[in-house]
Formats: sequence, structure tokens, C-alpha cells
Amino acid sequence: MSCSPNQNKLEVYDFQGIKKFLHQKNNKTYVINLWATWCAPCIKELPYFEQIQEKYKKDLEVILISLDFPSQYETKLIPFLEKRQLKSKVIVLDDVDMNSWIPKIDSNWDGAIPVTLIYNSKNRQFYPQSFTYDELAIEVEKFLK
Amino acid sequence: MKNLKLFFLTLLISTTLSAQNGYNIGDVATDFKLENIDGNFISLSNFSEAKGFILIFTCNTCPYAVAYEDRIEALNKKYAPMGYPVIGIMPNNTKIKPGDSLEAMKKRAIEKGFTFPYLIDREQSIFPQYGATKTPHVYILQKSNTKNIIRYIGAIDDNYKSVSMVKVKYVENAVEELLIGKEVTVAKTKAIGCSIKI
Repeated sequence: MSCSPNQNKLEVYDFQGIKKFLHQKNNKTYVINLWATWCAPCIKELPYFEQIQEKYKKDLEVILISLDFPSQYETKLIPFLEKRQLKSKVIVLDDVDMNSWIPKIDSNWDGAIPVTLIYNSKNRQFYPQSFTYDELAIEVEKFLK
Repeated sequence: MKNLKLFFLTLLISTTLSAQNGYNIGDVATDFKLENIDGNFISLSNFSEAKGFILIFTCNTCPYAVAYEDRIEALNKKYAPMGYPVIGIMPNNTKIKPGDSLEAMKKRAIEKGFTFPYLIDREQSIFPQYGATKTPHVYILQKSNTKNIIRYIGAIDDNYKSVSMVKVKYVENAVEELLIGKEVTVAKTKAIGCSIKI
């Protein structure tokens, strides 16, 4: 199953591997969104992340971390990504020991998605909520000032 | 204009945060009267023989909840005879998730052979009091005189993918400890789940 050619289309990490995306130190602001194809409110807000990435191409990097089940990479996730042709970077987190890594993303997060983390070298804020485009833009712009 | 937006955003964030409040370990859990899939209304006070409850906010439509269906049923089979029955409560707004309607819940319960009450929080008034935010979300209650005390909040175990790969059975461990009069060692755990649809 893991030899399927489509698997190569995904960048899959355990939490250890994801960590580097959560702590990059440079001049950029990072918007990290945790989502899954089965999460309706996540799908609804994806275009806003695309839109903000497009608006601040130079100073901002959006990283969409999918929590889709490995059993659905082929049937759901890959077809979804092919259909949407997302411009933002998409990586996949596959780590079953959720109780060990959820608090490391934010101590107050209890595991419901979507959630978003915005950070740069100076500030860091965790958002356990859905966004409209305007709400997202307001938060992102605080970091870009 | 910008200030106004900020004001509403702050309001939104604070509402989101307050929605995450709810019970902590040691708090007294509210009783309720919710409709079961058989049409009867169920309250915790109906279970005079119970020593406590494994209360699980769950639903038909969340893949994590589905992954745990058999394990939830197994918990009821194992612990209901020992005084800790499973009570399932479906918290979602069924207008947003028609797949979680009482009719759909009934159908799923028959397909899966659920032997535990599968209730609907139709008014969506119970899950916020507990502070449930997602499915599945477990609360273990221990009866103490007429009150039900929260003893555990969190996940069922540490591997949603595979029962055989589970290393720590959080809920079973907690119930076993309560049954021998011990304090629950791991009283809070976290897991990814589907946000409750309101």
C-alpha cells in the first residue's frame, strides 16, 4: 500500500518532522492552518488562506497541514488537492499519539479543528477558531506591521 | 471602521474562548433529559444502580467518531455490568449535519448493534455546559451520593487508527482505577476531533 505512486505526491511527517515548520526563524510571517478534507468548516476557510497567500506573496508563507487519515490519502486527499490546485504549501501530519503533540502546538488546544497558528520571529498567536477573510487579514496584518 | 472590526473580532475570540470553558476534574456534572433513539427520554438519575457513567459526545458523521464506534460499544459491554454504562450524546446541529439526525442515529445504532443509549442534544444546551468541543469527547462521571463528579475528560485511547496498536487505554484505565477506589492517574487527555457543529 505504501508503494503506491500517488503517495509520493504527499509530504507526510510525524510530529517530530512537523516541528521545523512551526519554528522557522527568518523574516517571513508564517500562517499554519490545521485542516482535513472531512472537516467542513476547514474547507470553507481554505480559500481565505489562498487569498492571503496571494496578497502577501513576499512576506508571508501559508502552510496547510492536513490531518486526513492515511487510509484516505488516495481516495480523498490527493483527489481534493488535484481538484483545488492549491497555491499554498500542503504537508500532511500522521502521528497517532495525539495526546503527546497537541499540547506542544498550543497548551490550550483540545484537538478540535480548524485551528490556525500565526508566527514570525517576534510574535506568535494560536487561534482555535474559523476565520472569515476579513478576520484573517486583520490578524495577519498585525504580524506584518 | 477598523476599530469596529477589531471590536467584533475581540468579541468573537472571547466568545470562542468562553465556549471552551466547561467542566474541569472534580466539578459536579449537570443531569439532563435527552431523547434516546428509541423515543424515550433519558436522565442520569434513571440509572439508580450505576456507580458512574462513561459519557461520550459522539456522532455519525465524524470520521474519528466512526473510527471509535466499535470501541465505544465494547466499553459499554465491558463496563455497564460493572456499574459504568456508556451514554452517547450527539451534539451537532442536524440542520448542518443531516447525517446526524435522530433517524440517522437510529439507523447507525441498529447497523452497529449499539447497546448503549444514544441521545440527541437537540437544543444544544448540554454539551456547552460540559465544555465539549468535538466528537468524540469523553467525560467519565463518578456518582457520589446524588451528584455526578467529573473524573476524566478526553480521548478513548492513544491510537484512533488501530485497536491492536493501542498502547494506552485512557478510558479503561480511568474506569478501572475508579472501580477500585483510586484516583484517576491520567485525568485529562487530548485528541483531534471534529468540531461540534452549531
